[in-house]
Amino acid sequence: MKLVTGVIQPHRLDDVKSALEAAGVRGMTVSEASGYGRQKGHTEVYRGAEYTVDLVPKVRIEVLVPSEDAASIVDVVVNAAQTGKIGDGKVWTVPVDDIARVRTGEHGDAAL
Amino acid sequence: MELDTGVTAWMLTSASLVLLMTPGLALFYGGMVRGKSVLNMMMMSFGAMAVVGVIYVLWGWSMSYADQSFGGIVGNPIEQFGLGGGGVLDDAGEWVVDGGLPIIVDVGFQATFAIITVALISGAIADRVKFGTWMVFAGIWATLSYFPMAHMVWGGGLLSDEGPFVFGDAVPIDFAGGTVVHINAGVAALVLALIVGRRKGFGSEPIRPHNLPLVMLGAALLWFGWFGFNAGSAYGADGAAGLAWVNTTTATAAAILGWLITEKLRDGSATSLGAASGVVAGLVAITPAAGDVSPVGAIAIGAIAGVLSAFAVGLKFKLGFDDSLDVVGIHLVAGLWGTVALGFLATETGLLYGGGIEQLGVQVIIALVAVVFAGIVTLVIGLALKATMGWRISEEEEVSGIDLAVHSETAYETIQQGSVIKEVRA
Repeated sequence: MKLVTGVIQPHRLDDVKSALEAAGVRGMTVSEASGYGRQKGHTEVYRGAEYTVDLVPKVRIEVLVPSEDAASIVDVVVNAAQTGKIGDGKVWTVPVDDIARVRTGEHGDAAL
Repeated sequence: MELDTGVTAWMLTSASLVLLMTPGLALFYGGMVRGKSVLNMMMMSFGAMAVVGVIYVLWGWSMSYADQSFGGIVGNPIEQFGLGGGGVLDDAGEWVVDGGLPIIVDVGFQATFAIITVALISGAIADRVKFGTWMVFAGIWATLSYFPMAHMVWGGGLLSDEGPFVFGDAVPIDFAGGTVVHINAGVAALVLALIVGRRKGFGSEPIRPHNLPLVMLGAALLWFGWFGFNAGSAYGADGAAGLAWVNTTTATAAAILGWLITEKLRDGSATSLGAASGVVAGLVAITPAAGDVSPVGAIAIGAIAGVLSAFAVGLKFKLGFDDSLDVVGIHLVAGLWGTVALGFLATETGLLYGGGIEQLGVQVIIALVAVVFAGIVTLVIGLALKATMGWRISEEEEVSGIDLAVHSETAYETIQQGSVIKEVRA
């Protein structure tokens, strides 16, 4: 099992969600995040005083998938989230030792 | 003279409009500070309403408008203390009427001016002063700086047309308070900002406005209330009031344009804070001139005020004084500009209307006297309070937020705080 995590542009969330659903993913966790990569934030001006705001709003999306699906799910997220501009974000996978479904107590792939 | 119900009705309305300006100012200022100090900022305005609203009827009116004047500087505070002495209500129990208006209505109108002037100062010392010290300052400053200035300019004193600064046709012009209100408050703001000192993080950490829609709502209420301030200062429901109304709106509109164009060229964006600030700069600049310039003159006064103030608000960073919400950059600068501009643009006596240099000379003199008077008085009061009650809250309280430290409240509840609220005392 693997955990696929994507940090993406907030306005791409709906497309990514639909694409994942179409690819058969049945659940995900979405949270608001802030951060920066190469785009390095933005500048605000108040009465002539400039402030650089280096952390910009992002959305973090997390999906647990069977190991063999991980690579294709990463591609699904990348394709749906891509705008081609700086600030599109990153997607990565990490191995997961075990998963338990709280309602039933099932473990492993059965809990996916 | 007989009572004029039209004038009286308009002046009661004007007094109510001007009173609304102070809560409007509380919103304007409150939105500009950080979320952890918005309540304190607004309380400084409401505190000024409380203190000055009481002392005005006790000795404020008498110090401003008593018949007995001490050297043309201040009226006798005892003569009409508590609105007695026959100036408001005569021996026969009749309301004294002047110019068709019962004096008691003028008392209300003038009290609202004293309140807003004190409240204006609070923007210079945001986020960091003891509430008790502010409340004491409000009462002492109104007594020693505002009431004398009102007497000098409007009460027949040193800076009025009965004073020494009258050269031929040129008499001092301050229609609605360029000297009494805006130069007075602007100088006090500068002096207090210097005495109180900078906020922690000033100039090094970003200190951003937390709610710009509040700032814009406040600016809108100030504009609305200012019709009472300026058109009410015509003391009539007539064409003179209409001229003041039109000039007030025209100058303010031009000032928005002046500020936004300056910002667009200099910073790249026309901002909402710039528009709201332009509103106030225009209103301030037209205040002394609203009844004595043409609407086209008002466009010039407003547009230049917007540009001047848009540049002036940057000075505090260069000079290193923390006038937190730019009371100096807006009220002092635009107040000085509006007062001096009358020398050029007054339709009766201004330079550009074929008058001589006299009007300009008179306007510069009354502006300078106001600056020196307010500067010295505020310096003495500010230092005295620093040595006795002290101005600053502790650094720890300032960082955690003055709302919680001083008022035991927070403006915006978060889920984390909400989850631990328990009723501990009914």
